[in-house]
Amino acid sequence: MKISRILAVGVGLALASPASALAGKEDNSLVWATDREVSIIDNYYQNIRETVVMQWHVWDSLLFRDPETFKYQPLLATGYEWIDNTTIEFDLREGVTFHDGSEFNADDVVYTFNHVSNPENAVVTQANVEWIDHAEKLDPYKVRIKLKEPFPAALEYFATALHIVPDGHYDDAPEVTGSDGAAAKDYGSVAPIGTGPYKLEELEAGKRITLVRNEDYFEGSPKGQPQIDKLVFRTIPSLETRIAELMTGGIDWLWDVPKDQAEHLSDVPTVEVVNAPTMRISYLQFDAVGKSGETPVTDPLVRQAISYAIDRPAIVENLVGGSSEVIHAACFPTQFGCTEDLKKYEYDPEKAKELLAEAGYPDGFSIDIYAYRQREFTEAVINYLSQIGIDANLKYMQYKALAQLVWDSGTPINQMTWGSSSINDVSAITSHFFSGGRDDLAQDEEVIAWLNEADNSVDAEKREALYGKALQKIAEEAYWLPMFTYTKNYAFDADLDFTPTPDEVPYFFNASWQ
Amino acid sequence: MLVFLIKRLGLALLVAFTVSVITFSLLRISGDPAVAIAGEGATASEVEYIRQQYNLDRPLPVQYLEWAGNALSGDFGRSIYLNAPVADIIGERLGATLTLGASAIAFAILLGLPLGVIAAIRPNSWIDRSALTLAVFGQALPSFWFALMLIVVFGVNLRWLPISGSESWQNFVLPAIALGYFVMPGIMRLTRTGMLEVLSSDYIRTARAKGLRVPKIIFKHALRNAVIPVVSLAAVQFGFMLGGSVVIETIFAINGIGYLAWQSIQRSDFAMMQAIVLILASFYVLLSLAADILNAALDPKIRVY
Repeated sequence: MKISRILAVGVGLALASPASALAGKEDNSLVWATDREVSIIDNYYQNIRETVVMQWHVWDSLLFRDPETFKYQPLLATGYEWIDNTTIEFDLREGVTFHDGSEFNADDVVYTFNHVSNPENAVVTQANVEWIDHAEKLDPYKVRIKLKEPFPAALEYFATALHIVPDGHYDDAPEVTGSDGAAAKDYGSVAPIGTGPYKLEELEAGKRITLVRNEDYFEGSPKGQPQIDKLVFRTIPSLETRIAELMTGGIDWLWDVPKDQAEHLSDVPTVEVVNAPTMRISYLQFDAVGKSGETPVTDPLVRQAISYAIDRPAIVENLVGGSSEVIHAACFPTQFGCTEDLKKYEYDPEKAKELLAEAGYPDGFSIDIYAYRQREFTEAVINYLSQIGIDANLKYMQYKALAQLVWDSGTPINQMTWGSSSINDVSAITSHFFSGGRDDLAQDEEVIAWLNEADNSVDAEKREALYGKALQKIAEEAYWLPMFTYTKNYAFDADLDFTPTPDEVPYFFNASWQ
Repeated sequence: MLVFLIKRLGLALLVAFTVSVITFSLLRISGDPAVAIAGEGATASEVEYIRQQYNLDRPLPVQYLEWAGNALSGDFGRSIYLNAPVADIIGERLGATLTLGASAIAFAILLGLPLGVIAAIRPNSWIDRSALTLAVFGQALPSFWFALMLIVVFGVNLRWLPISGSESWQNFVLPAIALGYFVMPGIMRLTRTGMLEVLSSDYIRTARAKGLRVPKIIFKHALRNAVIPVVSLAAVQFGFMLGGSVVIETIFAINGIGYLAWQSIQRSDFAMMQAIVLILASFYVLLSLAADILNAALDPKIRVY
């Protein structure tokens, strides 16, 4: 008996019994839950989705990225100006205060960027900060930030990953003894202080985090004024338990509900289920360069044959569901530089067989395919491959093991996913996988050159053209078979006014009870 | 008796040492922890940095000796994921697991012992048959399924008890039942067998012949002897529950050691894993030792060198 069935019975029973009053609505609080334990709130020192959510609520960054249009709006900065390729200046907002009552000004911005960009301070995701050289104060409400080299996606980071802490924030961090016996500063445990719409009330590591509304949140913020008094995050490891809590009003909001559970839940009148797109995509990566040995996929004809052999629309419709879409380029469609104007492989098994015969494999061959997520998606791929005579053996493993394998010795074919850290620029995905690094199993000199040039240019048109050329060649050579976009199912109390956004950050500061 | 004690104690220490060595080696061959800590999309230099930071670049025997030396002085290192001393985290969470384990074993004994006694007094009666049915279900039902059914009935439908968390005693009722129900059959059947055996023995017949009242025979003479093996079974089962409550802790969102162990495996949190396995193994060893000593004290025949 499947667990979803058991819960379906539960749903039936729940409908039969009178619904109890929902605590969340009554005291204007919102309880949300995931399976993950959170012990650090500061996203600079623990980078998981939950800390990103905390970051957006407790802190503000210089800019705000509109979740619908992806345009930048002023947040802690009122404006910016590129002085040259590696220099940007920000005018700062006046009259903003931190949760501890101190006034926000240029000193805070300078302190933040000089702290995080220093590798010794060990910000956990170095890619977010390593392009910053240093920051300097021009006047109390104007700062200049120097980049190490041109970095066109900088504004994306100023609008997302880089929150501003008060001057001196990390100075009193406790010293801890590392496993090597040397003393190290534990910056992650510093009590969070920001300018954001919510402030921390209580942190129970691994269990519960309580935020309360910032009554003094500044007027004119593009985030708007928070409506809900109290935001409580709870760790509930079991999905079935989270669903049971949602049905009884113990929690008000959850996400990552699998397709079958979402269908059952949508029958519960007190629960609303919404499917929304995310920036994560699924793809097949072929070992074109032969890192894992001379396998058939080093031949472009074989890679093209495989690309024609897989009915991606059918996989999307029958397995992925929701608002998921088939993609053809090695990037997420809204990302800057991403284009669908390139070679496409529509489902055509006959053509696939012809190409396979032309490549010298009229009877197919046997090959290993590696995956770490949603086994059923990869099994569908294997099924399509068997129809053109390719016998693919599934090697299913943990993400860390698979990533390590790709770096060390490559894999003939792998099905992986990438979320681009919600950065709306192809440099966060195409450049990551095709610039000659350890994730690059194509090692195409031409593509590497185009991407490097595009990554280091601030001329938007030139970048677009170069990325287009790179993506076109990736498609022609079938280095990747881009599969589909991932979507997320959200389930929340039907009385909650909440709208999911494609950046996978719940904007609870925009939510309210009806 | 002293030689017996020393022998048993030495054996217990040897078990703890072996467990720590095996755990250490198994964890190291299961994957590169540096990659796991760095997370998705980490660069090669980030992984290298972490490897040095946590001394993962040194030879394994050196890493083990360093760890064992610190562990003996109570320092189990820092959790690489939760970013706090391992000893602190375990101290914090051991309480929930002990509470859960103790209430589960209490539930199992309070239900299993009387049922076993009644079943033995009236063998093959309807009570005996029902107790047997209950025991078969207890052994056969997967605990995750039983736990979910408890949630559906008492949490979702009747709304009598909270579904998840560990804030109040009410939170422990459903998990204790779910966990204890699995252990109850063993206790019940062992009590029944022991009682049946004792009740047919000569001294009970003598007691009856003396004209003693039935409750006195059962509780004062029979049960005291029949319960000895049950005590050692309960002790061992208690140890088993401390390590085996992963599923129950996960379903009811109780922040205990079992769930922490499972999470630590997923995160390749080595320091944490090593400490948990060692502590659980020590508990197990201690409980077995206690049961051995208890039995030896009760029954001189067991004191074999």
